[in-house]
Amino acid sequence: MSTTPTSPSWTWCYDRVIPTEDAAGRQILSDVLTQLEAEHWPQRDIFSIHLAMEEALVNAIQHGNRLDRRKQVHMRCCLGPDLIRIEIADEGAGFDPGALPDPTCPEQLHSPCGRGVMLMRAFMSRVQYNATGNRVVLEKDRSKGNP
Amino acid sequence: MAGYRRLDVTEVGEVTVVRFRDRKIVEDINIQELGSEMFHLVDTEKRDKLLLVFSTVDFLSSAALGKLITLDKKVKAQGGVLKLSNIRPEIYEVFTITKLNRLFDIKDDEAEALAAF
Repeated sequence: MSTTPTSPSWTWCYDRVIPTEDAAGRQILSDVLTQLEAEHWPQRDIFSIHLAMEEALVNAIQHGNRLDRRKQVHMRCCLGPDLIRIEIADEGAGFDPGALPDPTCPEQLHSPCGRGVMLMRAFMSRVQYNATGNRVVLEKDRSKGNP
Repeated sequence: MAGYRRLDVTEVGEVTVVRFRDRKIVEDINIQELGSEMFHLVDTEKRDKLLLVFSTVDFLSSAALGKLITLDKKVKAQGGVLKLSNIRPEIYEVFTITKLNRLFDIKDDEAEALAAF
């Protein structure tokens, strides 16, 4: 199991508490992607982070908070030269990510939903949920080599 | 449906060729509309040979994949054929990781896809 590099030196940190609305989620996603572009992260990494954040925000807004506008989504992003860490928490009851069915098995392959967590794990370096399952930490190591 | 807001629809012989107007297929309201327009092609217009060309698409989420899966079911239920083409490498990786490349018939480009109907 891989672990987070020790003592990352963050160069950019971003905290937001947003209402349970897709538009608000889209704004923080845009802000993070703009910062990654400004710091010349590889396009492939930006795609991966975009995808993982998209899925995590949809999970928080639609599944966690169940579109309840009385609830909020808490987001913190820290960026270092070689690492990005994104924490996204909702105010829902949480879920057990380990209990999700494998969306690639033949019984699930035709299901129109249930792929978000799998895609987060595939495209990020590390994905960790809290015990309740209403907060996820996504980390991506910056790729070496060509942008 | 008088016009499509999310799709550009043309015909090449018997094949209905569908292109996407959104470069990023992510917003829930747009995905719902996109789904409705694609389903209309099959459910109402009874088009049974569909090619989805992704050359304009830079990004899509798992919610968009869900609409493609439902479209595939509808097309197959009517005995039709659905093919996909021109998927950029990062998005194709999404299909391979989820093994949806086994569910969909994906061709490299539009010409190859049209020749395969």
